Amino acid sequence: MSGSTTKNKSSFIQILQSMVSNQIFIPIAALLLLALFNLIVDPSFYSITLKESNDGFSTLQGNLISILDFGSELAILAIGMTFVTSASGGQDISVGATIAIAGSAILRILCGDNPRPSELQAPIFVAVIVGCIVAMLFGAFNGVLVSFFNIQPMVATLILFTAGRSIASWINNGQLPDVSFEPSFGYWGTYIPGVPIPTPFFIAVVCFIVTGLILKFTTLGLYSQSVGINESSAKLNGLNPKMIKLVTFVILGLCVGICGFIKVSRLSQINYSVIAKDIEMDAILAVALGGNALGGGKFNMTASILGAYVIQFLTTTLYKYGVSADALPAYKAVVVILLVVFSAPTVRDGLSNFWKKNFGKKAVKEVG
Amino acid sequence: MRKKVLAVLMAATMVVGMTACGGKKDAEPTAAPAEEKADDAAADDAAADDKADDAAADDAAADDKADDVAADSGSGELIKVGIINNDPNESGYRTANVNDLKNMFTEENGYDAQFAYSLKNDEQINSAAKFIQDGVQYLLLSAADTAGWDSTLKDAQDNGVKVILFDRTIDADESLYEASIVSDMAKEGETAVEWLKGQNLDSYNVIHIQGVMGSAAQQGRSGALTEAAKSDGWKIVEEQTAEWNAEKAQQIVQTVIDRGDEFNVIYAENDDMAKGAVAALDKAGISHGVGKDVIVMGFDCNKWALEELKAGNWNYDGQCNPFQASYIDDIIKKLEKGETLSEKTIIMDEKGFDATTITDDDVNTYGI
Repeated sequence: MSGSTTKNKSSFIQILQSMVSNQIFIPIAALLLLALFNLIVDPSFYSITLKESNDGFSTLQGNLISILDFGSELAILAIGMTFVTSASGGQDISVGATIAIAGSAILRILCGDNPRPSELQAPIFVAVIVGCIVAMLFGAFNGVLVSFFNIQPMVATLILFTAGRSIASWINNGQLPDVSFEPSFGYWGTYIPGVPIPTPFFIAVVCFIVTGLILKFTTLGLYSQSVGINESSAKLNGLNPKMIKLVTFVILGLCVGICGFIKVSRLSQINYSVIAKDIEMDAILAVALGGNALGGGKFNMTASILGAYVIQFLTTTLYKYGVSADALPAYKAVVVILLVVFSAPTVRDGLSNFWKKNFGKKAVKEVG
Repeated sequence: MRKKVLAVLMAATMVVGMTACGGKKDAEPTAAPAEEKADDAAADDAAADDKADDAAADDAAADDKADDVAADSGSGELIKVGIINNDPNESGYRTANVNDLKNMFTEENGYDAQFAYSLKNDEQINSAAKFIQDGVQYLLLSAADTAGWDSTLKDAQDNGVKVILFDRTIDADESLYEASIVSDMAKEGETAVEWLKGQNLDSYNVIHIQGVMGSAAQQGRSGALTEAAKSDGWKIVEEQTAEWNAEKAQQIVQTVIDRGDEFNVIYAENDDMAKGAVAALDKAGISHGVGKDVIVMGFDCNKWALEELKAGNWNYDGQCNPFQASYIDDIIKKLEKGETLSEKTIIMDEKGFDATTITDDDVNTYGI
C-alpha cells in the first residue's frame, strides 16, 4: 500500500519534472498565472457578448476577443522572429519600421499619387502582394547584411530601425493617405460583415497553419536549428548556412508585410511615426517568453506564439485595471528579468539541486 | 617596424598638409597637439592611421567653422538658422507645420536653414548642440519635452545664438530666449472644456485619452479637463495615454467597453486618437456624434476630422494652429534690424469647431 503511493508520488514528481523542463511550460505557466489572477480579481473579465455594430452586423465583444484580435500581429511576427533567432542567433529590431514601410507601400498602391482619392487605384490583393514583396526585399536586405557580411543581426537591423520610418514617409511623399472611403479594405482589420470574430485572428490562424505545414513537411526547421547550434558543422554536413539565414530573414519579411496590411486596415490609415511602435521589442519578448534560446539553435514555434498572446493578455489586463500605458514597459521589464534570471544556467543548476535535495532523496530513500 | 614608420610619415604629411591649407593663425595651436597625438599613437600601433585621420578631420572641421564665421560676419548674405522640430510624420499637424517652415526658410527668402527632426528630447538637445557648433545665428526650437533645456539654451546664449521657440513652450527662464510663438495649449483645453460644459449633459462620464505624457499639448489639454472634473464633479471613467497612437486609443476604449463602464464623452487629445476611439465604438455598436449617445472630441483640425464633424459623426474639434513660419520670419527681420520686440510670448489665434455650426468653408480654410 505504502509502496504504491510512493510509486505514484515519484511518478507524479517525474511528470511534474518533465513538464517543468518542457519548453512550452514557461508560456503556459505565465498564461495560467494571468488567467488565474483575472479569475480571482474579476471573473467578468471573461464575459463575451454578442453586440450589433454601427453598420448593423453582429460582432463578438469581450476581453478575450480583444486579446485574440490585437495579439494577431504580434503572434505573426513571433513566427518570423523565431526563425531568425534560431538560425542567426540574433534578433531583428527593424520590424516596427518595416511594418511602417509595408503599410505605406500598400496605401501608396491603393491611393496612387493622391492621398485622398475617391476610389481605389488598384485591387486590394495587388496592394497586399506588393506590400509583402517590399517587406520581403527589406528582410532580404537585413538577411544579406547578416549572412554575407557577417554583421551582428541587431547592428545590421539597426540601419532600418533608424531609417525605416523615414523611408515609409518618403514612399507617400510625406502625405498621410486615408482609404476609409472603401469599407472592404477595413474588413481585413476589423470584421467581415456577418462574421462575428475579428478578421486579424483568421489571418493569424492561416499563418499558424502554413507555418505548421512548413515545419512538418520541409526541412527548414531542422536546417535553421542546426545552423543556429553550430554553423560550421552544419556546413560540413552539406548545408548552406548563409542561404538558410537569408531565407529566415525573408520569411520574417513576409510576416512583416502581413502585419503591415493588418495594421493599416484596422483604421484604414497610417501614421508613420507611431504605427507598430516598439513592436520589435514585444516580438523578441514573445520569443523569449516561449523559452527559446535567444542565442540561436533549438526553438519551439507553438511556445513563441503562445508567448505573443501572453504579452497581449498582460497588456489587456493592465488596461482593464487602469494601469497607465506609461507603466506598461515596466511590467514587461519585470517579465524579462524573471525570464533571464530563471533561464540563467547557475540559477537552473541551483534549482535542480534544491529539487533533488528536498524531493529526489526522499523518494529514493523510501523506495530503498 | 616599416608599418610604424609609414604611419608616422602619413600622419606627419597630413598634419603638414593641414596647416598649409588652413593658413590661419588660430589653427596652429590645435595642429601642434594633433601632431603629438598622431606620433604617440603611431608608435603604439599600426592602426594609428585611423586616429591620425580623425585628428586631422577634426582640425579640418575647425578650419571650416572659422571660414564660415568669417564669411557670415563679412557680408551677411544668408541668415543661418537651425530648426529643431518634432518628427514630421508624427501627425497631420506636424506635417503641415514642417511644410510651412520649409516653404518659409528658403534661400530665396534669405535663409540658410538646417533641419533636425526628433520626437526625443535628448536627440533634440544633441542637434541643438551641433547647430550651435555650426555657428547658426538663430535656433528655432519646438521641444519634444518641456524640461531639460536650460544648459543648452545657456550654451546658445554664450555663443551668441538667438533662440526662438515655436509651437511649444519649455520650462526655462525667459531671458534664455528671444521670443516664443506658441499655441496656448491650456487655452485650447479651456475652450474645449467650456464647450463641453455648454452641452449641459445630465451627467459627465468621460474617457480621457492623453497624448505623450509630459508634452505641452498633453499638459495643456489635460489640465483644463482635470480641473473641470474636480470643480464640476465630472466622472473620469478612464484616463490613459495612447501616445498619439490611434490603435492604442482603440484598445483603451475597447477595454472600457469590455469592462462594462458607462460613458458619454470621449475627450481625445488629438484627431488620430479620436478616430481610434470611434473605431472601437463602431465595433461595439455605440452611437456617437450629434444627438447620439457619446460625444466625441478631438484636437488639431485635420481636414478629415473636420469632415467627420460636418457629417455629424464627431461633436467638437479644437484647432491647433500650425502656421508659425510667418510669425518667426517677422521676428527675425525685426531682430536683424536691431529693433526690440514688444512681447516675448506671441499667442496665435485658435478656434474650436462645433459639429452643429461648422461650414464647408471652415473645413477648407482650417483643415490641415
